[in-house]
Amino acid sequence: MTDTQTASTVAPEAPAPAREAAPGVVHGLYTEGEPIADTKAPKGPIEARWNKRKFDAALVNPANRRKLTVIIVGTGLAGGAAAATLGEAGYNVKSFCYQDSPRRAHSIAAQGGINAAKNYKEDGDSTFRLFYDTVKGGDYRSRESNVYRLAEVSANIIDQCVAQGVPFAREYGGLLDNRSFGGVQVSRTFYARGQTGQQLLIGAYQALERQVAAGTVEMFSRHEMLEVVVADGKARGIIARDLVTGEIETHLADAVVLASGGYGNVFFLSTNAMGSNVTATWRAHRKGAHFANPCYTQIHPTCIPVAGEHQSKLTLMSESLRNDGRIWVPKNAADCEKDPREIPEEDRDYYLERIYPSFGNLVPRDIASRQAKNVCDEGRGVGPKVGDFRRGVYLDFTDALKRMSAEAVAEKYGNLLDMYQRITGENPYEVPMRIYPAVHYTMGGLWVDYDLQSSIPGLFVSGEANFSDHGANRLGASALMQGLADGYFVLPNTIRDYLAKGPFPKLEESNEAVVEARASVDARVQKLLSINGDRSVDSFHKELGNIMWEYCGMERSEEGLLKAIDLIRGLRDEFWRNVKVLGSADTLNQSLEKAGRVADFLELGELMCIDALHRRESCGGHFRAESQTEDGEALRHDDEYAYVAAWEWGGQDGAPILHKEDLVYEFVEMKQRSYK
Amino acid sequence: MNLTLKIWRQAGPQAKGEMVTYPVSDISEDMSFLEMLDVLNEQLNARGEEPIAFDSDCREGICGMCGLMISGKAHGPEVTTTCQLHMRSFSDGDEITIEPWRADAFPVIKDLVVDRSSFDRIIQAGGFISANTGSAPEAHSVPVPKPKADRAFMAAACIGCGACVAACPNASGMLFMGAKITHLGELPQGQPERDARVVSMVSQHDHEGFGGCTNVGACSSACPKEIPLDVINQLNKDLRGALMRGE
Repeated sequence: MTDTQTASTVAPEAPAPAREAAPGVVHGLYTEGEPIADTKAPKGPIEARWNKRKFDAALVNPANRRKLTVIIVGTGLAGGAAAATLGEAGYNVKSFCYQDSPRRAHSIAAQGGINAAKNYKEDGDSTFRLFYDTVKGGDYRSRESNVYRLAEVSANIIDQCVAQGVPFAREYGGLLDNRSFGGVQVSRTFYARGQTGQQLLIGAYQALERQVAAGTVEMFSRHEMLEVVVADGKARGIIARDLVTGEIETHLADAVVLASGGYGNVFFLSTNAMGSNVTATWRAHRKGAHFANPCYTQIHPTCIPVAGEHQSKLTLMSESLRNDGRIWVPKNAADCEKDPREIPEEDRDYYLERIYPSFGNLVPRDIASRQAKNVCDEGRGVGPKVGDFRRGVYLDFTDALKRMSAEAVAEKYGNLLDMYQRITGENPYEVPMRIYPAVHYTMGGLWVDYDLQSSIPGLFVSGEANFSDHGANRLGASALMQGLADGYFVLPNTIRDYLAKGPFPKLEESNEAVVEARASVDARVQKLLSINGDRSVDSFHKELGNIMWEYCGMERSEEGLLKAIDLIRGLRDEFWRNVKVLGSADTLNQSLEKAGRVADFLELGELMCIDALHRRESCGGHFRAESQTEDGEALRHDDEYAYVAAWEWGGQDGAPILHKEDLVYEFVEMKQRSYK
Repeated sequence: MNLTLKIWRQAGPQAKGEMVTYPVSDISEDMSFLEMLDVLNEQLNARGEEPIAFDSDCREGICGMCGLMISGKAHGPEVTTTCQLHMRSFSDGDEITIEPWRADAFPVIKDLVVDRSSFDRIIQAGGFISANTGSAPEAHSVPVPKPKADRAFMAAACIGCGACVAACPNASGMLFMGAKITHLGELPQGQPERDARVVSMVSQHDHEGFGGCTNVGACSSACPKEIPLDVINQLNKDLRGALMRGE
């Protein structure tokens, strides 16, 4: 399976003349610290690195494993798979989730599929090609060693899931089916109808429950981690709130794993679950874990548009719809209120087909999203007005229905079209659907080395919660791959190198670090309940979301980001003076839960804006208005920005500190993406 | 539209609950049912009353976290989850009662929130295939006939919401359990533990206080994923076979 394709080395470009100092430094928004680097990935041929690391990583004797405790926060693909695997290995695992059952983690909502370099179609796929596609798709802002390893273990994931009974789609011969996805040219995506995430998560969940029954994993559902305990420079436990009784609990361990997902809900409206939040990773950030590339967010083009002020979340429809649907808006703004069926062909603008004749409606997610925004900004959006603009474009199946018959369309897309009808009340077989981009995934996250260890020793981060594999843009069907790669195969092999140094000296609850962490959690809970102001938590969250979407969404500019930072600071100040959280601390209190999460989003939002401001280039999902080609496409500046921006917490009143990790491309050549 | 809501309020697991009436006005038909409750909660918060506790997470019909008894029907009048139910299914002037799932095995925690950890314990009893990470053979080494793979998928679509239990006059968890038995029993990988699985899961189910099945079929009618009743036949068949083989 290994690919022997020769590596091409990039000739370093001549250094560009120094520009003026970055605006963040000028505005006093951040300072720059020492560069950082990953020290764990072995050197040498890229296909040999993971095997070498697995061999070099210290082993833990089976008899010693049960003396070692590992806390894992989150039970999605990354956390659930890791808890099950470490439990099977014999470690003493404590697993936490805020939902009522580990089976509900938001990995469950992923629809399309999971990539793996099996090359079952014999269409030229290979580990190297999956690696190459992922690096290119990430717009050359990810770390080569990590991405290669991801591609390398992808095939093992499929084997593992099949053995667990995951019911992947099969062909009539009984073998696994594949489909193509997300603009790549091979068929490497394994799927279970439109419910791939659900089936993979149930597989991991069942493996986890098996270990609960075996006594190796202790499960804490309806528990939320509110603080990490760092003693003598090492992560040694967490402070969690039992969401049913309200009790604040201390859980100590030899290592802590955060697999708590992404932070898309900083935008209030996103395709994330209502409870998805940044608290676990943000509290760790405040304790010393660097937060990397927070501004890299993915906006997915095919979501159901906002219907009104009451909207609580956005629903994604698989991007596979773009295979047969055609995207258009009226040529004339005057037609935007008309019934689309009455707008003649010559008055329609199939703008993606017009601008990108070779890729048409199948351009990557970031490009499709930005062009939808552009045509709506021009006043040519369709559907109900939200603010001053109509935010929607047509996704039209009329041609497909003529070409394929309604039955064939229903066979292929029936569940998606039904979902559209249920939510909007409109029949997509008769009227073109309306879609608009929505926040979907966050590529940024806590900085980790090749071992998935953060800048706090003993604190590991996996899945969407870390930053490592997708660069500035994630390809479709790669999130499930990364979650399970980290959970089943990577973390269990790397964490042992750390655990081999343990068990660490027992920490008493009276230890200063534990007392401090507990006290800060108690104080925060009491503070939130005592403000008793005029505004609900949701109203702050919505306002923050509007600021982020307007100024740190699909297009960012220096002027807008500076304004956003001011607005967020004002809003955060008001939050701590004027939020109204009713109820008490000693019962189930959903307002209190939300308040803590929104308080952390209010800090994260500012860091995202600072990161977006400092990165004066466009790359992947990060589009700076000041950095575009004459045609309006994203323009990278590899000479200045080919690095990971890892931010250190600068204190409550201090500015964050930027640490740069240079990205070196030894095996893939950096190019400007083109889809024309 | 304007509606009258009658909602179960219960301060805690031991507290006595009661139905409380709340009028709501200017509800848009494009709202989801839970967004309508969000609106009510914002109003309650503004006037100093504690918001109504209810569970929801993905709000796209797949995580299984939400679940309300709406005017006597699990998940309300449509075949879907509570989060995917929209207000256009109701009319101006309607009176709607909203209650938690009612079952001994799902005790109320607060208001509309119940404890469904009994479902997790049924899975712990055997709802899995024992395959340690790293031990798996190549995926194509065991072909699975498509009809069996499709039936396994159909059963695996269960989201564990508990509507089947809430709808059943006996509060039985047989549809939930039958779905898992069918999912794993259709696959070659599920065969080695098949007998032990069904005996152990059924024993746990009964221990949790779920009732037995008397072929009413309300479970399948209420199931948002339309799991068919025949998974219970499969469960009974597997159980009978396992007991006869001395499991």
